[in-house]
Amino acid sequence: MYIYNDFDEGFVRDRIDQFRGQIDRRISGALTEDEFKPLRLMNGLYLQLHAYMLRVAVPYGTLNGRQMRQLAYIADRWDKGYGHFTTRQNIQYNWPKLSDVGDILEALADVEMHAIQTSGNCIRNVTADHFAGAALDEYEDPRPTAELLRQWSTDHAEFLYLPRKFKIAVSGAKHDRAVVRAHDIGLYLRRNDAGEAGYEVVIGGGLGRTPMVGKTVQEFLPKADLLPYLEAVLQVYNLNGRRDNKYKARIKILVQETGLDVLKARIDTQFVLSKAAFKGVPDSIQAPIDAAFEPPVFNNTRSTVLDDALESDPLLQSWVDTNLAEHKNPAYAMVTVSLKAVGATPGDATSDQMRALADIAEEFGHDELRVSHEQNIILPHIRRADIPAVHARLRDAGLATANIGLLSDIIACPGMDYCALATARSIPVAKDIALRFEELKLERDIGPLKIKISGCINACGHHHVGHIGILGLEKHGVESYQITLGGDGSENMVIGKRAGPGFSDKAILPAIERLLMAYLDIREDASETFLQCFKRLGEAPFKLALYPVEGSQNAA
Amino acid sequence: MARIFTPQIITSNHLIEGDSIYLTATGSWSRQAADAVLMENADIAALTLTAANLQTGLHVGAYLADATHFREAFRAVGPSNYFHGKQAG
Repeated sequence: MYIYNDFDEGFVRDRIDQFRGQIDRRISGALTEDEFKPLRLMNGLYLQLHAYMLRVAVPYGTLNGRQMRQLAYIADRWDKGYGHFTTRQNIQYNWPKLSDVGDILEALADVEMHAIQTSGNCIRNVTADHFAGAALDEYEDPRPTAELLRQWSTDHAEFLYLPRKFKIAVSGAKHDRAVVRAHDIGLYLRRNDAGEAGYEVVIGGGLGRTPMVGKTVQEFLPKADLLPYLEAVLQVYNLNGRRDNKYKARIKILVQETGLDVLKARIDTQFVLSKAAFKGVPDSIQAPIDAAFEPPVFNNTRSTVLDDALESDPLLQSWVDTNLAEHKNPAYAMVTVSLKAVGATPGDATSDQMRALADIAEEFGHDELRVSHEQNIILPHIRRADIPAVHARLRDAGLATANIGLLSDIIACPGMDYCALATARSIPVAKDIALRFEELKLERDIGPLKIKISGCINACGHHHVGHIGILGLEKHGVESYQITLGGDGSENMVIGKRAGPGFSDKAILPAIERLLMAYLDIREDASETFLQCFKRLGEAPFKLALYPVEGSQNAA
Repeated sequence: MARIFTPQIITSNHLIEGDSIYLTATGSWSRQAADAVLMENADIAALTLTAANLQTGLHVGAYLADATHFREAFRAVGPSNYFHGKQAG
């Protein structure tokens, strides 16, 4: 993994000193809240319903054991003993005191972490495939690109006051696990016919109040042109983005209003200038990045330990079936640790669980951990022979839930339990669904299913790309939940369609139950997933299940 | 005809802890929603809010709120997923 050099270290420490001064001046009254707010947001500090919230950047979701252990320490020392992993591969603390934030940032800097640019109208934490460097279907590791972009975008003076926030994601695999087409800029690592490396560049994707599937603006951009090309995109957006209206300020609206061809022509014109001025990435920058992501030294010794254990351990078998994915080295597996224990808060981990994950990563996993956008933790390099031992350790830590890709592996934003922007709660809906289907024992029968829940239109819970999406709103002074169907966050990204009127907090669970019972009735056979069934039959039978009588009494 | 004014409270977030606080009848701030003074007159409510927002060193972003709204009910108690916040004392 990338190790800070003196410049990185100095920059982060200087920034903490600067922010400490700003906090002191806010507490003394020298700064008003209006003056302080943009400064705290630039440092990842929000004010929520019950307390401040500190959003810590996890660059492209990558952590080592030491960092995870420090996150646990921070949770214990300054928060309430847990952290919330987010859909942008970050971690949030829900209870910091303003007067403690300088010390928390110092503790983060001790393990080469920070909270810079996790808010504000700037380029946010760059996200990437959580299986980077390990997946069997990978063409090329996206992390060197993500790290280069992290360095380029951090404190980039020209792009700190963009019309609106700006999100970049990178994937280097056949299957898109980073929802690349839902980003302001999405990058797919590709090879051209001559075998040269480059990028398919996608712009104008996003969820939120105006969900859009990103459009390809470059089929193949040579690798060396990445920074000047992205600079050109950002410059065109910076000048032309709608600063007059917050709700129309994202680049997706600029793409929509201007038209892709016209915008592409502007970008190309700007690119001529930026490319001419670009001298290339110096070797002193590129070489340490390339070296940081060399694959670990794998132990290829064959072993029957896992096969032997599976014969006598059905719990292990069940977990292996759902939580393991194919590694590029056949002696290894990628382990997804579920942070979705049935009835628990999606994405939350206690400090003890974080420490257990750190220990396991160090002992068995080449000291690597990843945060996935689906709010789980990945151990990307676990030797298959070590799987039984890792499973036992996870079980001891309450982290062996066998549900990855199934119904209870739900994305849920913090919603109105914490978030000041939320219009309804998300967490109780997720918990209720998971508990109900645990009771019905239908999760395995239902099979692959992605339920995603957002507590407001900003869509942090990615509800538009859930096979079943749930959006919490306020209607007539109560919580109301809209269902969208058929969304897909994969390389074939589809925005789900709204099914109809919303449901009250009491009616949403029965509605989901009716929907899934209908699916079990109408699917061709057990191999047809919910999404396949929806694509085959369209929305009609599912709407009928949700609204059995016209103007149903269940609708709120 | 003047619009009917729904009685409201003045609430804000504490500067250091960030938790919800409520303006009381004596003009002080309380951490408990039950202590909030109910403003029944729109003009007085607006003036009181303006005055409250001048106390910038104490709290963050005071506003008039309908105490019966579910958002305010959650703020007054704490999150539903853990026994944290006000409900934990």
